[in-house]
Amino acid sequence: MNVFLLYPNRDFDPQQPLPWNESDLIQDLELNVILNSMAQGDKFLYDIARRVILTSQTDLEVIRYRQQVLQDCLDHPEIIRELYQIPLQAIENKRKRWLGIFTHYPSGVLVSGLEMMAMFVELLQKLRRIADQHSSRFHSPGFRNFFATVQRELDDDFFGVVEDHLKALRFRDGVLISAELGRGNEGINYILRKPNPRNGSWLEDLFRARPPEYSFTLHPRDEQGAKALGEIKDRAINQVANAVAQSAEHIDHYLSMLRNELAFYMGCLNLADQVRELGHPLVFPEPRPIEERRHTSRGLYDVSLALTMKKAVVGNDLAGDGKELVIITGANQGGKSTFLRSIGQAQVMMQSGMFVAAEQFTANLCSGVFTHYKRREDSSMKSGKLDEELSRMSAIADHIRPHALALFNESFAATNEREGAEIARQITLALLERKIKVFFVTHQFTLADGFYKQGLPNALFLRAERKSGGRRTYKLFEGQPLQTSFGEDVYRTVFESAP
Amino acid sequence: MDSIGLLYPSPQKAAGVRDQPPAYFRDLNLDQIVDWITASKQDYDLKPDYYTAVQDEETIRFRQEIVRDLMTETTLTKMQTFAAQMVILRRYQKLSSEIDHQNHREGWFLEAALVYVRSVLQLEQDLSSADLQSRGLLAFRQILGTYTASSEFQRLRDEAEQLKKDLSAVRYCVLIKDTTVKVRPYDGETDYSIEVEKTFEKFKQGAVKDYLVKLNIVSSMNHVEAQILDLVARLNPELFERLHRFCAEHSRFMADFILTFDREMQFYVAYLETILPLMKGGLKFCLPAVSIRSKEVLAAEAFDLALAIQLRGEIARIVPNDFQLSGNERVIIVSGPNQGGKTTFARMFGQLHHLACLGLPVPGREAHLFCFDTIFTHFEQEEDIRKLRGKLNEELIRMHQIFEQATPNSLLILNEPFNSTTLNDALFLSHKILQRILELDSLCVWVTFLTELASASEKTVSMVSTVDAEDTSRRTFRILRRPADGLAFAISIAEKHRLTYRQLKERIPS
Repeated sequence: MNVFLLYPNRDFDPQQPLPWNESDLIQDLELNVILNSMAQGDKFLYDIARRVILTSQTDLEVIRYRQQVLQDCLDHPEIIRELYQIPLQAIENKRKRWLGIFTHYPSGVLVSGLEMMAMFVELLQKLRRIADQHSSRFHSPGFRNFFATVQRELDDDFFGVVEDHLKALRFRDGVLISAELGRGNEGINYILRKPNPRNGSWLEDLFRARPPEYSFTLHPRDEQGAKALGEIKDRAINQVANAVAQSAEHIDHYLSMLRNELAFYMGCLNLADQVRELGHPLVFPEPRPIEERRHTSRGLYDVSLALTMKKAVVGNDLAGDGKELVIITGANQGGKSTFLRSIGQAQVMMQSGMFVAAEQFTANLCSGVFTHYKRREDSSMKSGKLDEELSRMSAIADHIRPHALALFNESFAATNEREGAEIARQITLALLERKIKVFFVTHQFTLADGFYKQGLPNALFLRAERKSGGRRTYKLFEGQPLQTSFGEDVYRTVFESAP
Repeated sequence: MDSIGLLYPSPQKAAGVRDQPPAYFRDLNLDQIVDWITASKQDYDLKPDYYTAVQDEETIRFRQEIVRDLMTETTLTKMQTFAAQMVILRRYQKLSSEIDHQNHREGWFLEAALVYVRSVLQLEQDLSSADLQSRGLLAFRQILGTYTASSEFQRLRDEAEQLKKDLSAVRYCVLIKDTTVKVRPYDGETDYSIEVEKTFEKFKQGAVKDYLVKLNIVSSMNHVEAQILDLVARLNPELFERLHRFCAEHSRFMADFILTFDREMQFYVAYLETILPLMKGGLKFCLPAVSIRSKEVLAAEAFDLALAIQLRGEIARIVPNDFQLSGNERVIIVSGPNQGGKTTFARMFGQLHHLACLGLPVPGREAHLFCFDTIFTHFEQEEDIRKLRGKLNEELIRMHQIFEQATPNSLLILNEPFNSTTLNDALFLSHKILQRILELDSLCVWVTFLTELASASEKTVSMVSTVDAEDTSRRTFRILRRPADGLAFAISIAEKHRLTYRQLKERIPS
């Protein structure tokens, strides 16, 4: 039995490794604000949300599958919250009744296993009832399949057979064991046996040639002997005890998978509540195949900023279809970083199957999101700033692959502009040739203008606007990079342009 | 039967095995190597053989032949298998000697006999199919063949195998209810566990914890098991009578020459087991040419074995080095930055010689080494308050003792002597000592910070520890033959991070 609410044909692996640049992504894209909103103080919800969002899917099928499941959740939040209570109840019961298999003796394992099994059977019955009552109101393939499996596997027959076995495993008539002589004439292959049924009448039974049989009885105060007998029994029931305990664990595992996979959607419900309260739009994005180059949006905004400011933030439109290099220049405090962040957020949210913060959003999938942001100076003085930036870039180079999305924010500016721009140019060029989509926020006119003058058809230049008088709109427009620093400019005019 | 040994070509050569390590062992970290090699072989008492460097070319060749035979890995594996069986055999014998209950004790005695006959036969088969060249193993193979064909050995084997077969065929049932135990023959009752497992099968899903309790099944029997075994014996009286007779008739079944072989083979196996993982990791070992006459020594890609054992998880960090003394050259002067691997180099030189004179492979791709009479080491010692003498005085006394005993055939390894005195003093003393070494004509490695020594004579060779061209603060641990100097280079920072356009394109797959 599988839950399969996050993938059409496999379980979610809560232990799957996070991308190596997890902490950079969280820091640079301000994902903590989003994750905290999803968690609402629940550490478990936080962990699951973090893992699902950071492990981007690159399979369109999976993303659409989740979008449909999430739509069902948004339509019936109260049923989802009721369903989520079942695995929580299992945890609560185990804690309250001290259930669990802690013993090191097979007989103990068997007793604990039977107890656990009885508790789980009750919860499974509850799950069946929810499926019977509500399944018809769900439309996503994920939920339809989930409820159908519950109704098929947990039928009435099943509950009957389990009851019978739980009774039989108490061994009222003694334990029958077969064995052989192993090394050193020590008994081996202890196997639990079912006594042969008696056949024939009592008279036949009486005159039947009986095999020889010898016996002994322990002294009632022979405690050592009683313990030894217990050990022999333990060896024989080891297998059965294991089977019962493992079955209990399989059910436990099933319920915790249910908890894991629902937790993600619970987080999405929480986030949707918060954002809608602020009056902001959320929309299911339209993901496109990884080889396409699509990036268009209307009203794309930074959801972390919106949640933090608790008020309206400016959304941006983007017409980036066919583009592989987007260079953003312009005024300080003009919304460049916010825009870059919203690009990254939308990408990871889309690739986890979530809605995104926009009125409309279409983009191709990417093989991975990489951020390279300017960082504060390393206080340990181990390496210079440029050295530090380059070593982070080198780590990215170790992991980045074609069709990735790379976001640079004021990178490689920790040296003089000509050198910095040259390093940035070489890196950007190499990435583009490896089919990596690059968004580059920069102050470096030399870098931006250099690319602008090449007139690349796949490059897009955006500028943060500053109206006359220094007023900022936080909106970005398409536009040629402008010279913002003057010193070098003047120098050039005087010394280089002289006839 | 003739006693045939694997360590010496004839018993006369075996005289003079040390029971204590030679004085140079600790300074050269040979003690660590031997401790490591023998750690899991305590029962064989191998240390004395590793302490004793042989001063005899023929014995060294005799051992090298055996090593060559064992270096075909299948032969080594077969020897390891045999040794492992003998370990089990000894465990069973010990067990059997400690048990009071007769049916149980005799059960273990039979196991020991079975292990013995099976492993001896296996060894005979393995050796007869092996391509052997060494005098030692060829002689052993012949004696072993005669032994296994003897009627005495054949009878032991047949009886043991038949008894085991019959005992294994016994099947019985035990019914436990409260404190009563009934024992009777097994009568086709079905396996209950399988029935129960089937019922719960539909839950099976992915991997879960194994709740099968690892029951601590020790080879001992409590009185309940012993009573059950006695009842099983009552159900099968003739069988157990045969077992009693077997044990009485074969109380001493092992041959002495097999025991000797088992121990002496471990001298080789233990060492090869240590170096094989290092070889798989990419380090090279070779059987050196060892001469008692020529002092023209050389080694290629040699390294400190104690260090390699320590760093066995990260072999890439081992930096091999070369050395060569030709013609009249006798003394290697090693200088250069600290922490650059100079001491390691000096130890390596000594280790190679000791291991070569054990007849074992040495760490390096190729080596020509000298069959020394002894090695003298002079390493810095912790100050000993009882001696009440100054450090310099102490050093000179130790140095003097060396020259009282050293011969032209000795090896001298000096590690930064005289570093507790002024530069002028150190220089003066060093020149004096060097002069004596040159007169003695012994081989010497001398680690020093005094670069002036390097060019003292045409019999001295200068070697220098080096630094990384890109990062002068990093040591490479390469020790190169060249005049003493120090160089630093700076290169472009982006190149260092491999982030130029060209480098980056190479790094990212298309």
